[in-house]
Amino acid sequence: MSVATLPIIDAAPSVPSLAIDCALTAEWLEAFLRDELIERRGVKSAVVGLSGGVDSAVTAFLCARALGPEHLWTIRMPYRTSSAGSLSDAQLVIDALGCRARTIDISGAVDGYLQHEPEADPRRRGNIMARTRMIVLFDQSSKLDALPIGTGNKTERLLGYFTWHADDSPPVNPLGDLFKTQVWALARYLGVPPSIVDKAPSADLEADQTDEGDLGITYAKADAILSLMLLGYDDVRTAARGFTPEEVRLVRRRVDGTHWKRHLPTTAMLSNTAINEFYLRPVDY
Amino acid sequence: MKLAIVQFKPRKGEVETNLAALGDVFAQLAAEEKPYDLIVFPEAALTGYFLEGAVYELAFSTNTLAERLARLWRERAPVKRLKPVDVAIGFYENDGGTYHNSAMYLHVTPERHEVIHVHRKMFLPTYGVFDEERFLSRGRRLQAFDTRFGRMALLICEDMWHALMPTIAAIKGARALIVPSASPGRGIEGRDGELESIRYWHELLHATAVEHGVFIFYAGLAGFEGGKGMTGSSRAVDPRGATLAEAPALGAFIIRAEIDFGEVDLARASLPLLGDLGAVLPDLLLDDELLPSLAHERRP
Repeated sequence: MSVATLPIIDAAPSVPSLAIDCALTAEWLEAFLRDELIERRGVKSAVVGLSGGVDSAVTAFLCARALGPEHLWTIRMPYRTSSAGSLSDAQLVIDALGCRARTIDISGAVDGYLQHEPEADPRRRGNIMARTRMIVLFDQSSKLDALPIGTGNKTERLLGYFTWHADDSPPVNPLGDLFKTQVWALARYLGVPPSIVDKAPSADLEADQTDEGDLGITYAKADAILSLMLLGYDDVRTAARGFTPEEVRLVRRRVDGTHWKRHLPTTAMLSNTAINEFYLRPVDY
Repeated sequence: MKLAIVQFKPRKGEVETNLAALGDVFAQLAAEEKPYDLIVFPEAALTGYFLEGAVYELAFSTNTLAERLARLWRERAPVKRLKPVDVAIGFYENDGGTYHNSAMYLHVTPERHEVIHVHRKMFLPTYGVFDEERFLSRGRRLQAFDTRFGRMALLICEDMWHALMPTIAAIKGARALIVPSASPGRGIEGRDGELESIRYWHELLHATAVEHGVFIFYAGLAGFEGGKGMTGSSRAVDPRGATLAEAPALGAFIIRAEIDFGEVDLARASLPLLGDLGAVLPDLLLDDELLPSLAHERRP
């Protein structure tokens, strides 16, 4: 006599997903940009620094959709060692969007200072370039009656992979709650040129530099680990989902070492009315 | 009953501007041939939701707000269309120096007005992005109240997320739940093409309407507040759980609905869960294990 066997239905594991609905996300972020710029601040135009990378390209695409390409000013700010590929990739974005564009070489400004500090190492030089680019973006915004738009993503914000009070300084940022891999997905949906989406991300401060080389981990792994970490998974449970303990430790160390970069400066509290401690008002009040 | 659910998009902290916009809504609604009976606005409709310490600058006393709304209705409705109307609205309340996230149900006639009920939000979300109990005191009582259209209850946002709240409202006789809300959208995975937070509200409203055989009038605040997008998605749900109308997540809208409260009786006749609950609930509540399990001295 054969024993009847019942069909077994396997349950999916309970895992936080990094998948996004790109149409929904794009619509939400466009509404965010219109509300923040036009309705709240009465500003019609945006200024975006185009690096040739995917974050600034996606930001530009979203701004063009939200505000119209005629209200998007893209600024390329090469330094003399920047790769030619960065400029030409940024040009692909400009051509695709039909937005306004300008190239402002920052070599003179950067070198004007660095002549006093010729021994500055690459990290310092990178920070000087990033801060110089923000001087340009804020000044151009002032001139053009526009608002500078930030391009930092959640992964680099969490890993502290940015220059404090430079990349993070624009008052409005549409991508800051999207992991890098989610930005890539959104880029493909928006039609960002494939050469930009597919190339290895790089801060382009030195030849052959890549983000993943600097960080010591791929974005795919970093994002998966970060998403678990932010939900409260400890290192053991995180590693059990397919990562080495070293990878988990690397990510945790970067996050825990950079909380200060995600805050305003530390201010000594002396009263019952200390700003942002007792005196609490929302940013849009 | 002719109902309007107004998905309102205030400017943060600009109370007079928002009152003027609310007056424009009154004027628009009063211009229709058939008068509206009930107009529902969202939580924190006149100020925006995230106020932090500014709530102390912007909160109203119930009487002051009722007076302003009644006057606004009389000023903005054309004289020949000045009919009685009921207004439900969420607001930050200053009760003599104690502050609440409240909602009032107001009856306005050409000659007078009457505050029928004020509900003070009992579940003040204070986690993650939410910070209500840092600034506000919670309400202590959930009541149903009689209106000229039947018995109703007000539940503000997280009040609705705890199954006990609509359950108690229904047991106290509510046939409609008015839910002013301010829900910051999140969750972009996009099942059904919606934000996760909106999808959860849909499931909640549907299940609650079905379980208790009640109408639900959900008014969602709209607009971005410092990067946090309020997910409008106002809707009217009937006592069988069917969505009668639904507004999009983004932007300001008005839902118009004709409500027949006889539907409540029919729904409860075909699915008598509320009656069943009335029979069983005493056993559940009088269970002598229930209260000790909630007590501080609970032993493992």
